[in-house]
Amino acid sequence: MGLTLDFLALSPYVGELARGLVTTVVLTVVTTLSGLMLAIVVAYLRVHAATWVRRILGGYVELTRNTPFIVQLFFIFFGLPALGIKIDAITAAFLAMTLNLAAYTAEILRAGIEATGRGQLEAARTLGMSKFQSYRHVVLVPAFARIYPALTSQCIIVMLGSAVVSQISVFDLTYAANFIQSRNFRSFEAYLLVTLVYLLLAVGMRQLFLLVGRRLFAFRQGGQA
Amino acid sequence: MRYLDRGFKSMKGILAAGLFAVTSLGAAVVSQPVQADALSEIEQRGTLRVAVPQDFPPFGLVGTDLQPRGYDIDMANYLAEEMGVKLELVTVTSANRIPFLQTRQVDLVISSLGKNPEREAMIDFSDAYAPFFLGVFGTDEAAPLDSVDELAGMTIGVSRGSVEDMELSDIAPTDTTINRFEDNATTIAAFLSGQVDYIATGNVVAAEIAERYSDRAPTLIYQLKDSPCYVGMNKEEPALMAKVNELVAQALEDGTLESLSQKWLHASLPDNFGM
Repeated sequence: MGLTLDFLALSPYVGELARGLVTTVVLTVVTTLSGLMLAIVVAYLRVHAATWVRRILGGYVELTRNTPFIVQLFFIFFGLPALGIKIDAITAAFLAMTLNLAAYTAEILRAGIEATGRGQLEAARTLGMSKFQSYRHVVLVPAFARIYPALTSQCIIVMLGSAVVSQISVFDLTYAANFIQSRNFRSFEAYLLVTLVYLLLAVGMRQLFLLVGRRLFAFRQGGQA
Repeated sequence: MRYLDRGFKSMKGILAAGLFAVTSLGAAVVSQPVQADALSEIEQRGTLRVAVPQDFPPFGLVGTDLQPRGYDIDMANYLAEEMGVKLELVTVTSANRIPFLQTRQVDLVISSLGKNPEREAMIDFSDAYAPFFLGVFGTDEAAPLDSVDELAGMTIGVSRGSVEDMELSDIAPTDTTINRFEDNATTIAAFLSGQVDYIATGNVVAAEIAERYSDRAPTLIYQLKDSPCYVGMNKEEPALMAKVNELVAQALEDGTLESLSQKWLHASLPDNFGM
């Protein structure tokens, strides 16, 4: 079987690829930030809030972690309009990805928070730190430091999982590849190219997280505690 | 054949050769121009034999009584009635509908048949009897567009890579947003859920949506590609052609086609139909 590769066949579609790349990057950056913030709130409440709040949030985390992402996305995009809640494709993508990342991260973070000994918090309070200060410095930051590698992986998984949003017509990198191969039938070249782009994005993200982690958790430079 | 002995086998060979000779003689006779034309043959026989689909709703489908029904079957009925002969339906698939005609097992093919140069080399086509087109459809309130420029600013859903996607992408103004979905089902879901208010699709798909979800029946606002259905018949049959065309024109005139379109496609005939 002779397979002739023709990467020049992709050149008329550089604009589409660039547009797809920008969308994927923006989606990833925004959902990483919003997902982390939501995760902190959820994780805090799951440990400290009243029982009924903990139950509800537990339900959300379990529902999200035990259903496929594409089903969650389709439910938000195709299902919610039946209840009169119409969310456009890109917002639905942001929402689904944020909720997904937050659920996983909250669970990871909860483990980090619960690993902090009660005595440490009490010690901080005795030293005169405010409730907020002690929670921030003694619980949250060390928790983040502990779970940082797992968190990095989770964010990369969400970036890769964002490929699914092409199914609700969001013009991301996968949408661009699908579009190109529907026009020139060069599926091998198109998908190979975006595979490489995704790989670069993932490796780049990991490096970036490492760099940020080194700065944020400078106090741990002696290695894992 | 392996179980036959040699002698019998050769006898069968002789028989087959004889049969072949007879049939080729027959074929030679059939292709003689002196042979009566198809129209008088139909009249003599008292039956009109028509190839119709049974797997292509709403043109041809099998009803709950297991009888074929659909736009094409109604059209065949109409022609037979007007010719004053009985109707014999022969169900065919899209692959064998033209061979059925060429081997003269049917007189006409009414099987949502579109025109193209390859087919035109083999058989003749009547005037159009049914609309078949790709277009941009909106909701009830949507008004027909006068020009393609009016698509500007609209968000239109379409199945990625389909013919309608190609056509639309070619002609749409740059600020038209084309949302491409994986397949027909997802595109329809996007339209029905209100995620897009316009879709580019075929009139048959639009009819199907209209039948199931009458409150969101798609309305044609712009035609992308027109490929109506024609009655197919063998070449060199001017009398039959004239008769069919006369009846098609009459059906267009007296509203028969319009009512067929309403009945099966849930839409009026497009304005450019029959032009």
